[in-house]
Amino acid sequence: MSAFLTVEGLTKRFDRTVAVDDVTLSLSGGEMLALLGPSGSGKTTMLRLLAGFETPDAGRVLVEGENVTRVEPVHRRFGMVFQHYALFPHLDVAENVGFGLESLGVRGTELGERVTRALALVDLAGLDGRRVDQLSGGQQQRVALARALAPEPRVLLLDEPLSNLDPTLRERTRREIRDLIRRVGITTVLVTHEQDEAFELGDRVAVLRGGRLEQVGTPDELYAAPANRFVGGFVGRSSVIPVTVLGPTEWGTRISVEGVEWEVERPAGQPVMLPGAALLLARPEALRLGDDPQAIAGTVTGRRFTGPSSFFTMLTASGATLEVVAPPAAVREGERVGILPSRRAAGGLHLFPAEQP
Amino acid sequence: MTRRFAASIGAALLLALLLWMVLYPLVLVLAEGVRGPEGWTLDHVRRFVGRPTDMRALWGSLWTSVASVALAALLGIPLAFLVGRYDLPGGRVLGGLLALPAVLPPLVGVVAFLFLYGETGFVSLLLMRLLRLEEPPWRLEGAGAILLVHAYSMYVYFYLLVRAALVSLDASQLEAAASLGAGRWRTIRRIVVPHLKPALVGAALLTFMTALGSFSAPYVFGGGFRVMPTQIVATRLNGENQLAMVETASLAALALLALLLFRTGSAGRGGGGRKGAAPSRIVIRRRSARVAAGVLGWGLAALLLLPHLTLVLVSFVPVGTWTTEPLPPVYTVRNYLMLVDDPVRVRPLVNSIWMATVATAGAVAISLAGSLLSARRRTAPRRTIEGLLALPWAVPGTVFAIALATAFSVREPLAGRFVMVGTLWILPLAYLVRNLPITSRAIAAGVRALDPSLDEAAASLGAGRARTLRRVTIPLLRPALLAGASLAFVTAFGDFVTSIMLYTYDTRPISLEILSSLRQADVGVAAAYGVVLMLVSAVVFALGSGQGRGGNAG
Repeated sequence: MSAFLTVEGLTKRFDRTVAVDDVTLSLSGGEMLALLGPSGSGKTTMLRLLAGFETPDAGRVLVEGENVTRVEPVHRRFGMVFQHYALFPHLDVAENVGFGLESLGVRGTELGERVTRALALVDLAGLDGRRVDQLSGGQQQRVALARALAPEPRVLLLDEPLSNLDPTLRERTRREIRDLIRRVGITTVLVTHEQDEAFELGDRVAVLRGGRLEQVGTPDELYAAPANRFVGGFVGRSSVIPVTVLGPTEWGTRISVEGVEWEVERPAGQPVMLPGAALLLARPEALRLGDDPQAIAGTVTGRRFTGPSSFFTMLTASGATLEVVAPPAAVREGERVGILPSRRAAGGLHLFPAEQP
Repeated sequence: MTRRFAASIGAALLLALLLWMVLYPLVLVLAEGVRGPEGWTLDHVRRFVGRPTDMRALWGSLWTSVASVALAALLGIPLAFLVGRYDLPGGRVLGGLLALPAVLPPLVGVVAFLFLYGETGFVSLLLMRLLRLEEPPWRLEGAGAILLVHAYSMYVYFYLLVRAALVSLDASQLEAAASLGAGRWRTIRRIVVPHLKPALVGAALLTFMTALGSFSAPYVFGGGFRVMPTQIVATRLNGENQLAMVETASLAALALLALLLFRTGSAGRGGGGRKGAAPSRIVIRRRSARVAAGVLGWGLAALLLLPHLTLVLVSFVPVGTWTTEPLPPVYTVRNYLMLVDDPVRVRPLVNSIWMATVATAGAVAISLAGSLLSARRRTAPRRTIEGLLALPWAVPGTVFAIALATAFSVREPLAGRFVMVGTLWILPLAYLVRNLPITSRAIAAGVRALDPSLDEAAASLGAGRARTLRRVTIPLLRPALLAGASLAFVTAFGDFVTSIMLYTYDTRPISLEILSSLRQADVGVAAAYGVVLMLVSAVVFALGSGQGRGGNAG
């Protein structure tokens, strides 16, 4: 598929800080991309650059090959759903939804029909005359979606679409949004700091840190093959322990950790690591508890119960903390027990150079 | 790009307009004071410093203003606590009545005082009869009389600001203090007073500046006691224009100095927004205490409303029929009919209405443009625009009137000076400039409360600047615009200070007609004008603030 929306070398500075640093990305038509990152990572600035509310210091934004970098938001035809929805409080639901259509010169019965259609799309048929402050949070969000979609924009932008909702409502709304956007088939970029949200809504996820694009890929790719320690730590649960690389083996790398030797699988295409200090990033399911000469010694310091299994926090002799998933009743707090690489989990252990932040 | 360019042009034009009508006249006044027949001179300044009357007037201005603050605080703060913290019988009505002097134009208050406590006033006559005195028990003249009027008309600032601050107190803070073992006095000292500090400082500043610029009371009651505003008028009447300029500059300097002092004094953090619920009013359980508090509150309200009531009463009395009786023997509506029947009497009404309307429209338009530009554009010289919009507030009315009279009495188009003194346009211009601070403050507050993403939402939905302004910004700002407009209208409608310096026979406003009616002993007509002024002000004010409660979510 050819690229529908392309971002090339996009850079934005505010005073001395670089909010977005040379980001290049592309989306195919109808694709959903989630921009994921901690606060201050530049994801909201990215979205505002796409919407045209900010002008980049360098780089381009292309839609179907057309350069829209300098096109004012008014003429860009990008729909946006704001974090706090930004519904016009003095207009009713239908007037809000019809606002963008009126900008396009749609009037009379056609306007009415298209507003009705947009409201039906978000399952709010019949609420036309309602004041927006009489709606629940979830309804307001759907009005905001209908308002953004009604003028049939080329790209849909969502800024933290679920952050204003009740936690109990979030999961359901997440699915509704995903289904709706799939149905409409619109190319979508959304910003979030919640990985669950990014994983469920994004066909692909772009991880940002300090304005830089760290990695972009499907949720599975990010989880299974994080490009660096930050992505590994930010996406999914994990713990980190310092190790020493001893040398390559046939299918991986031999390391020394807390005085014992482990072998870590090397993903295809990744360069061989030179002997020396390194960091081991371990998913909880890549470790198991058990007594074995190859095990490192640990003390159970905490347990997080999640039903079928529990996450145990383990303190090692060197003072590192590791998280291990195991059956809820496997060990008790304060008990000393060995930690081993899990036999089943392939790809849950990742080595990164020690100097990498 | 072009839109940003257009905004810059707009900002530049607005800046030029404000510089021309706010700053330029003041600069001209300052320059005039140090200009002689040949070049610059300090002669006038030296004469000013060496003149005992001027020094006395300057000192008089200073100490009466300080005393006014003290008296207004003494009256206003207890009233605010009484109404704001205690559950009194009829507390809501009482709370509203006590705020009434806020809408009473200064001159009307002065006239009402004259009817009440003057030598032939209602109360004076009553006391003479009761005590069988040959002469009135007092003379309503001098510094004492001025302070009385000031305390009466300015307690409102303390009352309103402190009451609002009390309502914004977070009940859980008081509960937290109590649970930490703080007694009532410690809670007041450590929690309530710090919370009230911004309100107290604000009210003190407001009172000081109003008292410093006060003209009506010293003009009517001052007698031999001069303060700077009346001194300036007297000097000008003597034809000593340049000395008057120096006096004007000294008053402006005093005002700015006070402003500076207050600024540094109030550097502390404000009470800020409240998260919890307001504390509920204290219910007085003991019956006797409850009655006493009620009597105190209502008694004070009656005393404070007596001038308004007297004015209404006098407005229904035919000329010369009420001499020594405690209550008027005859009533009539003739005084009101005369206002509309007699073309000469209608004129001031019409004048005040059109001039106040024009000034209001202008002040609202300029304030809106200034507020939007300074809120939205980082490129706009926003601090300068905000400063210019606020400047007239720091300058006493007399000073501004003189400044405008100086700037616009000669024709020098290249220097931006046109002859406007003596024309229809000088008074609306003066009102407009004087209204900028109060109007722009109301409108800027509304603009700040607007969610900027509403603007962006409109843009992303394809609405251009004009459509966004028309469909989104202005409808949402309606409460703020109406509040700003009503404040501007009320101030302009009742203005006396600037009017007396700049009016002509054709543009004479109501306030001056009240004064001339009084001089012709047409007491009933003067009172009728006063009532009209009071009623229109109250209605417009109520309209403006009532709109402020409209829904404005988002």
